[in-house]
Amino acid sequence: MLSGWFVAALSTAYVLVLFAVARFGDARADAGRSIISANVYALSLAVYCTSWTFYGSVGRATSGGLSFLTIYIGPTLMLMFVGVIIKMIRISKAYRITSIADFIASRYGKSQLLAGLVTVIAVIGVVPYIALQLKAVSASLDVLFQYSDDKFLPWWLDSTLLIAAVLALFTILFGTRHLDATERHEGMVAAVAFESVVKLVAFMAVGLFVTYGMFGGFSDLFQRAAESPELARLLQLDSSRAGTWTAMILLSGLAIIFLPRQFQIIVVENVDESHLKRAVWLFPLYLLLINIFVLPLALGGLLHFQGQNLNPDTFVLTLPMARGAEALALLVFIGGLSAATGMVIVETIALSTMVCNDLVMPWLLRSTWLQVEKRQDLSGLLIGIRRVAIAVILLLGYIYFRAAGEAYALVGIGLISFAAVAQFAPAMFGGMYWKQGTRAGAVAGLLAGFGIWLYTLLLPSFAKSGWITSGFVEQGLFGISWMKAQALFGLSGMDEISHCLWWSLLANIGCYVGVSLNSRPDAVEAGQAERFVDVFRHAQRETDSRLWRGNASVDALVGLLERFLGPARARQQLGVYAQSRGAKDWHGLPADADFVHFAEAELAGAIGSASARVMVASVAQEEDLGLDEVLDILDEATQVRAYSRDLEAKQQELEAATADLRQANDRLRELDRMKDDFISTVTHELRTPLTSIRALSEMLHEDPRLELEARTRFLGIIVSEAERLTRLINQILDMAKMESGRAEWTTGEVDIGEVVRESMATLGQLFREKGVELAGDIPDSCPAVLADRDRLTQVMINLLSNAVKFVPGGNGRVGVRVGWDEKVVRVEVSDNGPGLTAEECVVIFEKFRQGGNTMTDKPQGTGLGLPISRQIVEYFGGNLWVESQPGAGANFIFTVPLPAPEE
Amino acid sequence: MKRASPVRQRFAALGLLGVPLLTYPLLSLPGGSLAGIPATYLYLFGVWAGLIALATWVAERRGK
Repeated sequence: MLSGWFVAALSTAYVLVLFAVARFGDARADAGRSIISANVYALSLAVYCTSWTFYGSVGRATSGGLSFLTIYIGPTLMLMFVGVIIKMIRISKAYRITSIADFIASRYGKSQLLAGLVTVIAVIGVVPYIALQLKAVSASLDVLFQYSDDKFLPWWLDSTLLIAAVLALFTILFGTRHLDATERHEGMVAAVAFESVVKLVAFMAVGLFVTYGMFGGFSDLFQRAAESPELARLLQLDSSRAGTWTAMILLSGLAIIFLPRQFQIIVVENVDESHLKRAVWLFPLYLLLINIFVLPLALGGLLHFQGQNLNPDTFVLTLPMARGAEALALLVFIGGLSAATGMVIVETIALSTMVCNDLVMPWLLRSTWLQVEKRQDLSGLLIGIRRVAIAVILLLGYIYFRAAGEAYALVGIGLISFAAVAQFAPAMFGGMYWKQGTRAGAVAGLLAGFGIWLYTLLLPSFAKSGWITSGFVEQGLFGISWMKAQALFGLSGMDEISHCLWWSLLANIGCYVGVSLNSRPDAVEAGQAERFVDVFRHAQRETDSRLWRGNASVDALVGLLERFLGPARARQQLGVYAQSRGAKDWHGLPADADFVHFAEAELAGAIGSASARVMVASVAQEEDLGLDEVLDILDEATQVRAYSRDLEAKQQELEAATADLRQANDRLRELDRMKDDFISTVTHELRTPLTSIRALSEMLHEDPRLELEARTRFLGIIVSEAERLTRLINQILDMAKMESGRAEWTTGEVDIGEVVRESMATLGQLFREKGVELAGDIPDSCPAVLADRDRLTQVMINLLSNAVKFVPGGNGRVGVRVGWDEKVVRVEVSDNGPGLTAEECVVIFEKFRQGGNTMTDKPQGTGLGLPISRQIVEYFGGNLWVESQPGAGANFIFTVPLPAPEE
Repeated sequence: MKRASPVRQRFAALGLLGVPLLTYPLLSLPGGSLAGIPATYLYLFGVWAGLIALATWVAERRGK
């Protein structure tokens, strides 16, 4: 049996667990070991799922079927455009932005007016939403006790106030630990992530219980629903509501980043950009899981409580209660409590920051009565203001909840809130991607959108609740029919949310763009536009320091920091900053533009960018840069960036070209050296036969009495030396032609076996004269190769004549073998001569290098035969090499590739 | 200039793929029921789960 005390004890225990989790998170953060991992971050995003999801989705499904899913599909799609979110995070980190109001204000010239306007819209749009959460908790308590006989204890009558008070305490404890609002509240985030898990588990549990415990699973439920015509309607989508479907996806997609609590969690509490990568899929997965059982629960409730006229928003609780599953009902209650408290905590922190920085501070700084100028340490005051703001916001929520009760203005507030924050979209997106957007445009757009939202959505919801007359909804304002609040200009056939979204965004975007194009930004705005839009491009320090000119004193700025941040925190931040500039101590730093920017950013973290700007301007004599000058500086910076990019590209090109040139030069030098070597070698080689010819000729010339026999011998030598000379010159010419690529080749199909046999026949006489045995192992038919027949013959004759030169006379033996495989024909010429050392195996293929000892023996060839042969073989794609060992003869092998088989 | 990261571009492509798949007119295609479960219900959750699976693959695969 559920007693009031038991539920109270359970709720208290749950809240204590929450405090413990938050305390643990903060303790770990203080110790420098953050527990905010990618998973925790992704789960904390699920603060999106409030009690409106937990209880309300089932209610929506009982009337609209599957259309409740749009609220979760929109965020799934929006998160995929992760670049937008990363840009928001990057900008916020760089300029210490702490709320969506600050973001918009900072972008449009640090405008206090804009900050205030955004804050007002957010408060008006969101406070009723907080009230809805309190109502959900209160309603769930009512359901729990509806089944119990226990009389409530007197204070239970206002259990909701108690819960609001506990939430205020929690938020104050964990949400205002630091003054600097850019400091993350890791304990709070951890608690929210924990709550996300609790509500998912609770919802899945009741879903499984109803689907499989009370009914026979999905198909049973769906089939029983299909039998009733009324329920069958819920199973089908209504294509006539296609426009609404798309509008809801757009609306919820915008809400996921622009609701103050979502901005707080996604942007301000983000520890590491890379966590987003996990959130992109984990958060949608969470949404999917929490929605699987919504339709089955709705159908189950409708089937089970047929005709009982029960509020479908409470099905999640009443279904298990009806079956007496009290433990499950308690789990569901705790789940609902999680959903409500998580939302309230984060939303309140976000709103209190906005209220404090963007509404109260500007007023405080201007008012003379508080003597703010004179007070030394304002940090305590600031924290106090935030705490009061938290309490007041919760109190407002509570009052609204009490005042509205069951009114439509409360029940329908979920989507009405979404539509309110959707008004931030043009100013936000325009601010991040369009430099031309101006403050005047943003103000005009926001006012127009907010006005239409008020007229077409919020006020009609009041009228529906009976708080104001509904004449403007039914007949139009002053009876003018095109002014009907929910059929503006006669546009009907849409539901009220789509209707409002369509008109408000049209007016908002129209005014924003139109006014922006027709107004000139001031100097600060132009600078901020550049910084926001180009945040990814570069470190801004350079341009920043040129955009500020004036005089400031370090003492005045430090004084300012100490007043707003508190002395301890100010010193700590100054120390960090001094280190980043490479100075030991901040005392020695100059009060230059960079320092002023540092001070302003620090202040912005504490009191918002608009107030920070005012405060810095109050202690520094700033020179007013005109718009033209600012634009010049920005253009220059852009140009300099473009030039430096160009220069970098050019430099790389130049370096590459230089490297190429150097390589080419090296190659040329090498060739030049080779040519010189070649010429000197050739000259040397030519001189040897010439010298002997000349010497013998002189002897013949000077000694006419020489005997005939000697003359004949001398003349024989002269003839043979002249022949050698001719051969040498022919080969040099041949070589030169080949190397220069001017040699003539007549390529045709050649039977290598025939070439080898012919060459052997040609040199047969030579072998026989020297008494050398020549044996051939040549198959009768060899495959044809593509080559020049005469050239191959030249190679073959060169190899054979080399062999005969080096084998000993009498018992020399030279063998020729021809073989082939799939790719090449292989010809081997082996001898039993003296053989070659490993070194000689290489050098004999160089020009003018010969086998044998050239110093003592008479050269036996020109030294060009083998290099030429190798060039010929390589020209046809083959190889020529020698395998040999000293004393074991030599084996010259060359290959010629077979033509590729035709496919 | 820094080029947009390929992972971000893949996510954005997934988002652009999801928009037509999860809105009309494609949504009006599935009709009837499969094993007692309405085809629309299966289609919506199926496409949704598919997008999440693809996003998981893009986000979590190692290296390039």
